[in-house]
Amino acid sequence: MSPQLLQYLLSGLTVGAIYALVALGFSIIYNASNVINFAQGEFVMIGGMTTVSLIAAGLPLALAALLAIAATTLVGLALEKLAVERVRSESVVTLIIITIGASILLRGLASLVWDKNLHALPAFSGERPIALGGATIVPQSLWVVGVTLVVVAALWWFFNRTLHGKAMLATSHNRLAAQLVGISVRRVLLVSFGLSAALGALAGILIAPITFTAWDVGVMLGLKGFAAAVLGGLGSGPGAVIGGLALGLLEALSAGYVSSAYKDVIAFGIMLAVLVLMPGGLLGRRSVERV
Amino acid sequence: MPAALRTARTGGMLALAVVIALLPLALANNYFYDVAVLVGLNAIVCIGLNLLIGYAGQISLGHAGFFGLGAYGSAILTARYGWPPLASLAAATAGVALLAWLVGRPILRLRGHYLAMATLGLGVIIAIVISNEDQLTGGPDGMSVPPLALFGHALTGEKAWYWVVGALLLLAVWLALNLVESPGGRALRALHGSETAAEVVGIDSVRQKVMVFVLSAVFAAFAGGLTAYYSGFITPGRANFLHSIELVTMVVFGGLASTFGAVVGAAVLTTLPQLLAVLKDYEMVVFGAVMMLTMIFMPKGFVPTLTARFAPGERK
Repeated sequence: MSPQLLQYLLSGLTVGAIYALVALGFSIIYNASNVINFAQGEFVMIGGMTTVSLIAAGLPLALAALLAIAATTLVGLALEKLAVERVRSESVVTLIIITIGASILLRGLASLVWDKNLHALPAFSGERPIALGGATIVPQSLWVVGVTLVVVAALWWFFNRTLHGKAMLATSHNRLAAQLVGISVRRVLLVSFGLSAALGALAGILIAPITFTAWDVGVMLGLKGFAAAVLGGLGSGPGAVIGGLALGLLEALSAGYVSSAYKDVIAFGIMLAVLVLMPGGLLGRRSVERV
Repeated sequence: MPAALRTARTGGMLALAVVIALLPLALANNYFYDVAVLVGLNAIVCIGLNLLIGYAGQISLGHAGFFGLGAYGSAILTARYGWPPLASLAAATAGVALLAWLVGRPILRLRGHYLAMATLGLGVIIAIVISNEDQLTGGPDGMSVPPLALFGHALTGEKAWYWVVGALLLLAVWLALNLVESPGGRALRALHGSETAAEVVGIDSVRQKVMVFVLSAVFAAFAGGLTAYYSGFITPGRANFLHSIELVTMVVFGGLASTFGAVVGAAVLTTLPQLLAVLKDYEMVVFGAVMMLTMIFMPKGFVPTLTARFAPGERK
């Protein structure tokens, strides 16, 4: 493998891991409620920006990150309690508009609470690049990929081995049946927003040392996360991870070999092609319309 | 009141014509005319988009892409190749129609969120191409557009544009109302209810969806071209994701499956940011909050909620 290709793959994996975390957030909320939460990208932004502020206030990184994740989780819970839960309409478009409204509101608040400048977070363990088979990798990339792996494993354990996780999975398969066996569907909905917000915040904190953070970084990260979730198949956990990594790698390779200005065009173009050939995404469920 | 006036078609058209005719009495200066023209142009896009989202039940998060292509297509043909403006506008609109037809066939087989993502992706691709092809489009800085010349006369000034856009808006409403009440329109509504059921009764669902997709893209491209000539300057921002979202919000706010709702939605959401401009930094916060509150308390949108309340003899 040429060092150049290895370099592209490494940077693609790093970005892809972030997309995977954001995509997981989309999928968890989608499973619990059939809602696509367009404010997912704002969770990423709030996580990163809060950490920047707390560190500026003198807190150590680990504590700042934990508090930022907790604060973002509260925002997610509030979004569910104050807005999503109150919607009587089942219409997908109505719910989409509400979460888009929430994302605009949160971006506006962020520009007031903080400012409209770019902010950097110090790398977790130094900036000295590590040489790897002719390519180099910054330690922060290892953090991104490592933490993502841990999170994916933890989520797998949660959804397959714990009662709460299984209750959430059951709700995603059949809401009414879940309710009949005594699962509190409302609580599942609330937990899904909290969990997704926490995942988003974590992604925002991990990536901030590499790409900076600002009040409006949520727009593009949200779009990419949504694209990754759809590419992998909405509602599928493994799909979200595969979709995220695939999107990250596609972008890095097209930026390296074709044109960095057109990397998003190529990534979205391939995503469109996959959707046309596999209308349910890579690992999506087959849905059947009942008449 | 004669029965014909009470139908949405005749009565509503008449009401809209009266509003357009009398509005200048309230428009104190050119700034108000400017806002009114922008409302009219956005309303034309929304009427088309509402046919797709409201009647056929197919979401599109990429219509700003068609709007942008219409705008840039017209501008480039006129400014860079010296075509007459009307010919440029027609060619750009026809080009967008062709593109919508080509991508519509494969894309419209997708459903729900997958369709949302596909149209969103399409819009993002168009926006990126526009801002990167700076030889033609002037890149992120935008490009200036010559004025729209009609039979040797340049159409300039907010007042002249007001009457042209007003007339075109009426035409767009009339077209949409006719379409909705035609057999084609009934087929679209059947699709919205259930695609499988619609196919069972013999509706070629893909063909119908592609038709309305192309039509809505044509509305967007046409209004985009006009907007370019009117403002004399365009930037790639007009083609991006956030503008697509704005358009969908206008349609949903006004009320899905209500042509007049689309007009009202465009009017409210075009004027609101102008009013909120006095709030400066708080503009986004208030705008987002208004979006959320409307959808929570009026999920059917503004016009259908009001008509359900005041409609004579209809109780729910």
